[in-house]
Amino acid sequence: MPILQPIGRTFLIFLEATGRLSLFTLLSLSHCLRPPFYPRLIVRQMIEIGYYSLPVVGLTAIFTGMVLALQSYTGFARFSAESAIPNVVVVSITRELGPVLAGLMVAGRVGASMAAEIGTMRVTEQVDALDTLATNPFKYLIAPRLIAGLTMLPLLVLVADIIGVFGGYIVSTQKLGFNPATYLKNTWDFIEVQDVVSGLVKAGVFGFLVTLMGCYHGYNSRGGAQGVGAATTNAVVSASILILSFNYFITELFFAR
Amino acid sequence: MNDSSHTYDASEKAPAGVRLEEPKSTPKIAIRGLTKVFGDKVVLDGVDLDIQPGESMLVIGGSGSGKSVLLKCILGLLHPDGGSIKVDGEEVVGLYGSDLDRVRRKFGMLFQNAALFDSLPVWENVAFGLIQGQRMDRGKAREIALEKLAAVGLGPDVGDLTPAELSGGMRKRVGLARAIATEPEIIFFDEPTTGLDPIMGDVIDRLIVDCVKGLGATALSITHDMASARRISDRIAMLYKGKIIWVGETKGIDHSDNPYVDQFINGRAEGPIQMQVRDL
Repeated sequence: MPILQPIGRTFLIFLEATGRLSLFTLLSLSHCLRPPFYPRLIVRQMIEIGYYSLPVVGLTAIFTGMVLALQSYTGFARFSAESAIPNVVVVSITRELGPVLAGLMVAGRVGASMAAEIGTMRVTEQVDALDTLATNPFKYLIAPRLIAGLTMLPLLVLVADIIGVFGGYIVSTQKLGFNPATYLKNTWDFIEVQDVVSGLVKAGVFGFLVTLMGCYHGYNSRGGAQGVGAATTNAVVSASILILSFNYFITELFFAR
Repeated sequence: MNDSSHTYDASEKAPAGVRLEEPKSTPKIAIRGLTKVFGDKVVLDGVDLDIQPGESMLVIGGSGSGKSVLLKCILGLLHPDGGSIKVDGEEVVGLYGSDLDRVRRKFGMLFQNAALFDSLPVWENVAFGLIQGQRMDRGKAREIALEKLAAVGLGPDVGDLTPAELSGGMRKRVGLARAIATEPEIIFFDEPTTGLDPIMGDVIDRLIVDCVKGLGATALSITHDMASARRISDRIAMLYKGKIIWVGETKGIDHSDNPYVDQFINGRAEGPIQMQVRDL
């Protein structure tokens, strides 16, 4: 059956890739939890992921908050519901846009560079060299990155939440004529702990996914410059898709009645 | 599947076509029936090789004959599909985790392109096995690293450079310093002179011989550079079509009476070895 063959082959390849990724994830997690740890490397990755992503995440957040206020205003003005704008801005930013956009930006910035760095180390035999020097690449290269991703992205998103709300505040007060004190009071009254917490949980998961994809594709890259290029692309694309799909499932977990 | 029970007794007759010498003592590395398959390509097809303590063994063979795969199997970087590898009499096929690390501490390796960590300065590259593998204090490790750099003819100022600032010959020297920094019992050299000019090649060969003899280490090298092969080895084994087809003293390689070896060391296109050139 010449039609069934390619379907079967694709399915097998898919299963193989899923299995390999699952094993990689379990192995990485087990190495995150067992000594030896490399605090120096963990701190370096935290600075790389957390501190150096601040500008790009901050810019994304402030413009998102601003455009959110502007767009909501054009929509809500028709129903004289302008007063709901602080509510819409703060809930959208903390629940959805903060974590998702920060995750996507970090996927582009950090995931790509991780895949390229580890991929280059793989094709120039530096990963093998680690092994021969009795140092486990999972502990030395991958665990510090996963730990840093898991912890830093929630902090980044917390900052993004504040900057995003601030962006909405600027546009509403400077352009749309809101009273600053009323806007802030409305924001504070509407916001709930669960909104922020769900966003931070998402951020932790996204941080883990981004670094996992960067490490996985880099670690398994083959065949010189082209292989590293493909690894970088795959890392960013797969991380982005995983972020969007996990975003749905986590939302359902938190808010589905 | 790992067929680790598949071992030969040392006194057992070697497979036909292989001239194994009578072992004087427990071999440092004993390889029996090693096979490795990639897809449907059989790269190693039952390799048998003994390496005695303190000797410098060299494996020659054409490009793609599986020399690197053989090294990587011994180091545990690749998992063989069958056969046995014993280091100091201990089976290493199937070892993992801390047991594998313990065996790996016996090894040092000079990679083909040195494989220096470009995120670390030169001295930390050399000291890597001491700091990470042996948990040595950084200050003390740095001192040892600078000593080892001096042993390969590099001054202490080189220690603070990054690997990207080094020339090819210097990278090889740093790689050698890293391989000997932990004073391993066994050192592997993967094409030590590839990519170097003939003079630098000779310099590196001399350093290799000095370092190996200085440590009293056992060496296993792979190369297809015959000039280098004659300089650094005591014995030579030839790998062809996944099997060791000849083993003998380096001195006697010109009188091997083996047409394959003759063709290889004289670099002739005509002979029993046919290069696979496929039409595209």
